[in-house]
Amino acid sequence: MTESAAKKLPRIVVNEKLCKGCSICVDFCPTDVLEMKGSIAAVKNLEACTRCQLCDLRCPDFAIQVFD
Amino acid sequence: MSTPVAEKKEKLSVPFDYNKYLRPNKLPHIWCPGCGHGIVLKAMLRAIDKAGLDKNNIALVSGIGCSSRTPGYVDFNTLHTLHGRALPFATGIKLAKPEMKVIVVTGDGDALAIGGNHFIHACRRNIDITVLVFTNATYGMTGGQYSPTTPLESIATTSRYGNIEPPFDTCEMAKASGATFVARGTAYHTIELEKTIHEAITHKGTSVVDIIDACPTYFGRANKFKSATQMMEEIEKDGTVNVKQAASLPPEKLAGKMLRGVLHKVERPEYCEKYETLIMEKANAKK
Repeated sequence: MTESAAKKLPRIVVNEKLCKGCSICVDFCPTDVLEMKGSIAAVKNLEACTRCQLCDLRCPDFAIQVFD
Repeated sequence: MSTPVAEKKEKLSVPFDYNKYLRPNKLPHIWCPGCGHGIVLKAMLRAIDKAGLDKNNIALVSGIGCSSRTPGYVDFNTLHTLHGRALPFATGIKLAKPEMKVIVVTGDGDALAIGGNHFIHACRRNIDITVLVFTNATYGMTGGQYSPTTPLESIATTSRYGNIEPPFDTCEMAKASGATFVARGTAYHTIELEKTIHEAITHKGTSVVDIIDACPTYFGRANKFKSATQMMEEIEKDGTVNVKQAASLPPEKLAGKMLRGVLHKVERPEYCEKYETLIMEKANAKK
């Protein structure tokens, strides 16, 4: 991947100490970016992220945030 | 990841910094996986930030219950009081320090059953307090007994064959008791909820926001919901209609649905101001 393409990707940070594995972020993500790895949310397909921040808005545990 | 965080702060989509208002060492919170209370707390923090309130000038008061654990996680002046008695404590704070913004976070059982009397009288006085009622239709902390807002025929640990008690409509009750701002929101419609709470906080007088959220552990499991997501979609999304949309919908489409948004807003003299005026009048008359 070239550097310019890499720069456009957002950064999704999952705080593993706070995530309780309710899978709300995975279920509501409109572009299927996230998945459950065991009982913790993880990024599966970062390229598809549209920065809508629905995962952040609906996360009850302060565990996920999307940085531009 | 080793990329510096501070570097891109000026970019357009910087996520909201909740840590500004939280006590981070108290996290993770005690709420179960999928519990809606965390979503409501986040909406409340964003609304407070939007209103530009000083966190040292806010008092957050609660009673007992799952929702009433909220003050433990936020860095305001906080008070965790007796079951159902958050409103009397909040009234005391408001009368002693009228310049302070007083917000009460309470559950449906705490506000409407144990503290039902205090709730109607706070509304009647129209004292400048914002009451956020977290309605999850169950007593989650004590094992899922039915509460005053549990829908008819729902299963709870104390109604194994289905609930036969008709539920309260929190908004109708607040309106009838005299609250000057009454609204409803859900954890699913989180941006709309943020706006509603912001409007409630900036309103002068008693403002009540009934917030529908999900208890997947007790209410959800007993009533055959598979996940928190399913509860949010079926109860909060499909079970409610925005009051503005409802005006143009036929009555058969509104059957069994609750209205969302600002349902009642009027101006009426506020209690602390009336009290202050009366005291000053009597003090001046004696001189």
